[in-house]
Amino acid sequence: MKIHEYQAKEILKKFGVPIPKGQPVFSIDEAEAAAKSLIGETENEFVVVKAQIHAGGRGKGGGVKVVKGAATARETAQKILGMNLVTHQTGPAGKIVKRLLVEQAVDIARELYLGLVVDRGFGRVVVMASSEGGMEIEEVAAAHPEKILKEVVDPVVGLAPYQARNLAYGLGLHGAAAKNAAELFALVYKAFVATDASLLEINPLVVLTDGRVLALDAKMTFDDNALYRQKDLEALRDLDEEDPAETEAKRYDLSFIKLDGTIGCMVNGAGLAMATMDTIKHFGGEPANFLDVGGSATEERVTAAFKIITADPKVRGIFVNIFGGIMKCDTIAAGVIAAVKQVGLKVPLVVRLEGTNVDLGKKMLAESGLAVTTANDMADGAKKVVALAAGKAA
Amino acid sequence: MSVLVGKETKLIVQGITGSAGTFHAKQMREYGTNVVGGVTPGKGGAVHEGFAVFDTVAEAVKKTGANATVIYVPPPGAADAILEAAQAGIRVVVCITEGIPTLDMIRAKRALSAYGDQTVLIGPNCPGIITPGACKIGIMPGYIHKPGKVGVVSRSGTLTYEAAHQLTALGLGQSTAIGIGGDPVKGLDFVDCLAMFERDPQTEAVLMIGEIGGTSEEEAARFVKANMKKPVAAFIAGQTAPPGKRMGHAGAIISGGKGTAAEKIAALREAGIAIAATPAELGKTLAGTLKK
Repeated sequence: MKIHEYQAKEILKKFGVPIPKGQPVFSIDEAEAAAKSLIGETENEFVVVKAQIHAGGRGKGGGVKVVKGAATARETAQKILGMNLVTHQTGPAGKIVKRLLVEQAVDIARELYLGLVVDRGFGRVVVMASSEGGMEIEEVAAAHPEKILKEVVDPVVGLAPYQARNLAYGLGLHGAAAKNAAELFALVYKAFVATDASLLEINPLVVLTDGRVLALDAKMTFDDNALYRQKDLEALRDLDEEDPAETEAKRYDLSFIKLDGTIGCMVNGAGLAMATMDTIKHFGGEPANFLDVGGSATEERVTAAFKIITADPKVRGIFVNIFGGIMKCDTIAAGVIAAVKQVGLKVPLVVRLEGTNVDLGKKMLAESGLAVTTANDMADGAKKVVALAAGKAA
Repeated sequence: MSVLVGKETKLIVQGITGSAGTFHAKQMREYGTNVVGGVTPGKGGAVHEGFAVFDTVAEAVKKTGANATVIYVPPPGAADAILEAAQAGIRVVVCITEGIPTLDMIRAKRALSAYGDQTVLIGPNCPGIITPGACKIGIMPGYIHKPGKVGVVSRSGTLTYEAAHQLTALGLGQSTAIGIGGDPVKGLDFVDCLAMFERDPQTEAVLMIGEIGGTSEEEAARFVKANMKKPVAAFIAGQTAPPGKRMGHAGAIISGGKGTAAEKIAALREAGIAIAATPAELGKTLAGTLKK
């Protein structure tokens, strides 16, 4: 689960991490008021207006502006709020900006990078820091891997003070700035663990001319598996940032991801679902979605899944590919039949069933009177659905 | 021969009184696995569907001599169940549970390191391990497997079934099939399983099924090139997966441009591994490596 920058900063602040003064706003009036109060409080006429969307590269896309005075902040907010912000992370469609962060401008001496991730190889959290603040870490890793400092954290010990110092001195910091940075690293690690984060990036982390160290930006992603024990995070979810079909799928515990193609897929198992998409592509089609109905789907969930797929107007054909293990083929058949009865079937449907109760499942589909094309295996099914979706005979 | 599990395996089921635990304990017993009992804290002393239930793993081991366990405990208690099994001296710990928080697994792996080679963890979020005709531990349908000469190792459950089904149809069968699971932090990885299959006299070739995310497949490629004499065939799922999206499995995500199927396939090819273009060709591709 992703959250906005201002929300990540609020979390970091609770753990004692220094952040600039600022306020999230949802309207032009609020933006002006927030700028006015910040200017009054900090006696600094400059404020930053930042678009809040779940994607990086906002500055380059025109979603971050430094402005002087509350009136200009208002004008800028008017331009950014409601704009369709396109960055390298949003894709060409972009995202509509509905929230802003109005923040005090600060005097920056140096821009650094800080990132915490789960490293699969070590099976541990790794804290990464780089002197190349503001750059994408992937670019730094490609061009200057030696500029990325890493400390692997023992979960029993936590980020040890010596590791935090290694990072701070490794970044070339001295005196108060080094001490402040090391303290900040420890606090950020605490925030990461306490909130079950899976990714935490501060880019840039800035050293001010007075030696203070601040999180000028913040990006946090949380482990979906841990949300059951992080109840407070649920309130931070922004449904505007999520695909409505994906949100609907989540209600039924379905693992669904919207794609751009024309062939809807319903599969059990994540690996098989990915492989089904690959096979469709291999035979010249484009998948419209990833959908794993899971190992223990009920008839109701299968019906919901089928409805979500058919609701996509781009879908020209549907491929149901099931290898029953725990999931029984008759449950799938019952769900599909029930869904078609409720919402109808306007596009060709190809079904491949294998595994537990396969004969019963096939019999149910055959007796249902639905116009189902059956397939012997995955390749056969993919070929048939690609042909039918293109208006050709299977 | 086979790897890790066989006729000598004595299995207990942690979470045996839950619905998944009950269903699969019966399925495993029907398959012929020697299921010697189960554990559910608070239900010790009961007999559930013919299985003796114990309060703790230590007690179960003492009374039954169990040397393997399979965990169906819900996510909040699953990492704890793994550690309880390790502490009780269980050799093979298979964790089926999907949805364990990553930080729990990080702590569990740290604690497991104290047991060295004494404990082998498979999973979590995996279908389990099967030595056909001898021992089935997990949730896979037994009937698609047949004793044979191909070792199977996979990050995906249903794709493992697909592979086993094809190998059985081709008359090759499986020595042992291991589902290592779809989580980012887990027990056995490809390299561990490849090493075991290389040593196992029954295994003549290995079929590995990887997917996007992480670098385990690249490490496997390096291992195969440097250490393996037996032929290996592979398939990588997720060639059409978009970056930045978690494809069902917690570990199946392309992040920062890393972990793509194309990179993995290139690394595997470079190591001389035969690649199946589609999952429909898993068996055929493996069979091709045996004819050489």
